[in-house]
Amino acid sequence: MDSQTVNRKGQYTKSTPKQHPSGDKRFKILDATMKRHQYQQDALIEVLHKAQELFGYLENDLLYYIAHNLKLPPSRVYGVATFYHLFSLAPKGVHSCVVCTGTACYVKGAANLLATVEKCAKIHAGETTPDGKLSLLTARCLGACGIAPAVVFDGTVCGHQTPELVTEKIEGWLKHGSD
Amino acid sequence: MDLTELQEIAEKERANFKPIRIRCCMAAGCLSSGSVAVKESLEKVTEETGLADKVEVCSVGCMGLCCQGPLVEVDNVEAQGLVTRIYEKVTSENAPSIIAGLDGGEVKVQTGDLQQPFFTKQFPIVLENSGKVDPERIESYIAADGYQALYHVLREMTPAEVVDAMTRSGLRGRGGAGYPTGVKWATVAKAKGDRKFVICNADEGDPGAFMDRSVLESDPHRVLEGMAIAAYAISANQGYIYIRAEYPIAINRLQIAIRQAQRLGLLGSKIFDSPFDFKIDIRIGAGAYVCGEETALMASIEGKRGTPRPRPPYPAESGLWGFPTLINNVETFANVPWIIRKGADVFASIGTEKSKGTKVFALAGKIKNTGLIEVPMGTTLRQIVEEMGGGVPDGGTAKAVQTGGPSGGCIPAVAFDTPVDYESLAQLGSIMGSGGMIVMDETTNMVDVARFFMEFCMDESCGKCIPCRVGTVQLYQLLTKIREGKASLADLELLEELCDMVKHTSLCGLGQSAPNPVFSTLHYFRDEYLANLSNDT
Repeated sequence: MDSQTVNRKGQYTKSTPKQHPSGDKRFKILDATMKRHQYQQDALIEVLHKAQELFGYLENDLLYYIAHNLKLPPSRVYGVATFYHLFSLAPKGVHSCVVCTGTACYVKGAANLLATVEKCAKIHAGETTPDGKLSLLTARCLGACGIAPAVVFDGTVCGHQTPELVTEKIEGWLKHGSD
Repeated sequence: MDLTELQEIAEKERANFKPIRIRCCMAAGCLSSGSVAVKESLEKVTEETGLADKVEVCSVGCMGLCCQGPLVEVDNVEAQGLVTRIYEKVTSENAPSIIAGLDGGEVKVQTGDLQQPFFTKQFPIVLENSGKVDPERIESYIAADGYQALYHVLREMTPAEVVDAMTRSGLRGRGGAGYPTGVKWATVAKAKGDRKFVICNADEGDPGAFMDRSVLESDPHRVLEGMAIAAYAISANQGYIYIRAEYPIAINRLQIAIRQAQRLGLLGSKIFDSPFDFKIDIRIGAGAYVCGEETALMASIEGKRGTPRPRPPYPAESGLWGFPTLINNVETFANVPWIIRKGADVFASIGTEKSKGTKVFALAGKIKNTGLIEVPMGTTLRQIVEEMGGGVPDGGTAKAVQTGGPSGGCIPAVAFDTPVDYESLAQLGSIMGSGGMIVMDETTNMVDVARFFMEFCMDESCGKCIPCRVGTVQLYQLLTKIREGKASLADLELLEELCDMVKHTSLCGLGQSAPNPVFSTLHYFRDEYLANLSNDT
């Protein structure tokens, strides 16, 4: 379903939620989540969390679909999706590297770690490598200040990081993307 | 569920305690250093050596000294009575050695000193059970007198008496502003509304602060009990915990805790066979610092963009969906069961004249013992940093302590003898904040620190009001100019003028306090700014 096929008039009058025409099973799970929240508009953030978990990122089609089912104007859904840092509107890389830039990590050299990764992967924070292998992100604070500086590689928090350790990990990923 | 049943659960749990308990820390810090593997190998070795009937290996929450993780504590009854030992940086290979040491054998593992000031100077109220009970088992909390305060409140106290107890205890909001909790509860209790809500603010966004994460990961039931007592006092039937998505372990343990409490009838309808119903739902944030501000937080629970709105009306009159709402921080709620159990006057006897009780601080940065401590209000910064924290590692000297995150300020070493409470920190140009303390040494450039926090506020500004949206960007650019040595004395004056403007004209706490790090570093470390100015002017 692309944006043109959304019937804007029908959006507010139809009482039964619309199913996604693609038949993608992930939409079934998303439907179940919305149903569990009784299609309440307040549950928008929960639904977006679930959508991102299922699809990896929130593309326009998905946002329209959610807007339609929760009977919300697309502008409201887009507004919420862009307001919060955790929602991503672009696809992410196969691997993710999140450098914590909280104060404790900062004092212990997080800026240097970030610069190392940026140099190594030739991308800036918030970007994904052109081959889609790696996304580099920063976090405000992981609350893992006891083991600062901390870096999250594919969801695993690693403490006491050094530029050498980080370079090794990133180079490993970029060379053999399938690891 | 009644008191007898509650006590039965507690007694059954206590009866199952084995003479030797090996407690493994399962909070985020130690987990990421590999504590799951440590626990598994300890269990395996216990099984293999046939000690399973007298040794139990259990998962507990944070033990405080996060920098030495994974931590393992062993309670053992020896000739001289109960002895507790703490082992640091434990790996799975160490398991046989620890088990062998139970019978007096030599333990070749780094052993920590439980008699060092880091542990002895603490006064645990909020962290009472932290590192002792299993956060994923309600029985473990009940065995530590859990939910007795709730029973006492529901069956023997009127809502007004509960509010009165809070007022007498002198407890003040632990989220940063320090508003008297009793007054807040009384206002919401008096407010008229068809429905009322209790919200627990677990959106701990200050970088360098991890107290709330630790409390929720180590003792989630304590927060639930505190919320239920608050709900009874203000007659609310629905609670929300707004927690940041960056804390997956805490979210998971809260979900488990809520399910367990519902199963035992400690949450839900007719709690302890009283007419009181209370339900708690979790709302997960999506990465917006401003959502720690109460009106923005409520907007986020309503599924909207997390932008603040002007107050009044305060949430106590018109909060979530327009109904009277009580919002307190995790640590505030965690104090409540203790106050009810031990008495408001006991709590009021701890601390200073205006700040009662204790405060949990997260020590981090250039300090030897990073981790979590809980000290009575009025403890000096020097005691915290030098005695408990062990000072700067490798013989460096502490230059300043940053408290209160991006809304706080830097306190220089000369002011370290100040007793810590809400008023004294405000006098020094900082704030108590949620409790993050980051130690900086001589290698830290204070202009950099100010710029770091300004960048933070600039990114996190929600964009609703102009002073904050535009002002933080301008301030950041000015600080960058100073740091690059391109600024003149006129730029410094402009910086001060703009700080003043942003402080007084912003809509919410984020903008109003964004210039604080600049103010405090300018006040105490002006020479560093001057040294960075361009010589051409």
